[in-house]
Amino acid sequence: MIDAKRRTLLKGSLGVSAVGVAVGAGLLTPSAVLANWPKAAFEAKDTEAALNDLLGSNATETSDEVKIKAPDIAENGAVVPVTVESGVSGAKSISIMAAGNSTPLIASFELGENAVPFVSTRIKMAETADVIAVVQTDSGLLSAAKPVKVTIGGCGG
Amino acid sequence: MAGNIKIRAKNSNGVTTVKSLMSHEMETGLRKDKKTGEPIPAHFIQEVTAKWNDQVVMTALWSGGVSKNPYLSFKFNGGAAGDKIEITWVDNKGESETGTAEIS
Repeated sequence: MIDAKRRTLLKGSLGVSAVGVAVGAGLLTPSAVLANWPKAAFEAKDTEAALNDLLGSNATETSDEVKIKAPDIAENGAVVPVTVESGVSGAKSISIMAAGNSTPLIASFELGENAVPFVSTRIKMAETADVIAVVQTDSGLLSAAKPVKVTIGGCGG
Repeated sequence: MAGNIKIRAKNSNGVTTVKSLMSHEMETGLRKDKKTGEPIPAHFIQEVTAKWNDQVVMTALWSGGVSKNPYLSFKFNGGAAGDKIEITWVDNKGESETGTAEIS
């Protein structure tokens, strides 16, 4: 048990330094291999710009129909489990952002016709901030936010 | 570097839940090498395509903000035991990998 905790601690501090250094160091400059990969959206510095670039609008409406499952406190900012689920019909895509990251847009999931509006993954968070989920439907963008506290040093403070 | 993709798919009450684990360093390009101070080049998965019997169920577009060795779970309506699930990722260097599994 003790050893397991120590691993978490080590990973936690490594993760924080990884993302922390990231903030100051500059831009993502991937050699864009994929033509349809929304480079501008992923490089946008704030959530509004990212949504504009990705979905053509940032007019989101907060909705109870979008549910985010994420920990209240994340000991390791490098691995924050996030699940987004929605009951709305006709959801076309689900996007996940971490408002405190230097480039907030983390992932966007385009749903095929059979897909259930549900995705679960693990994301990196630079600091305590809201995790924002945006569900794209024919009638507009629905969003929800969930604050996640990212502790530095991993002792649960 | 490139490992395999682990996939589990299970159908329950007409809905198939797929869980997958990919092996990738997911380097943002923003980190620096602690010894040399040189930036570590970006290397992360940009696109993940999930297919059910050759029909695309979901396409994920990712940044380096997805955690190392990414976990991805999703659901879709339909699917039966023995159907094929195929997941392919492509990263920013053009490397790619495909994994398949059968729904149980």
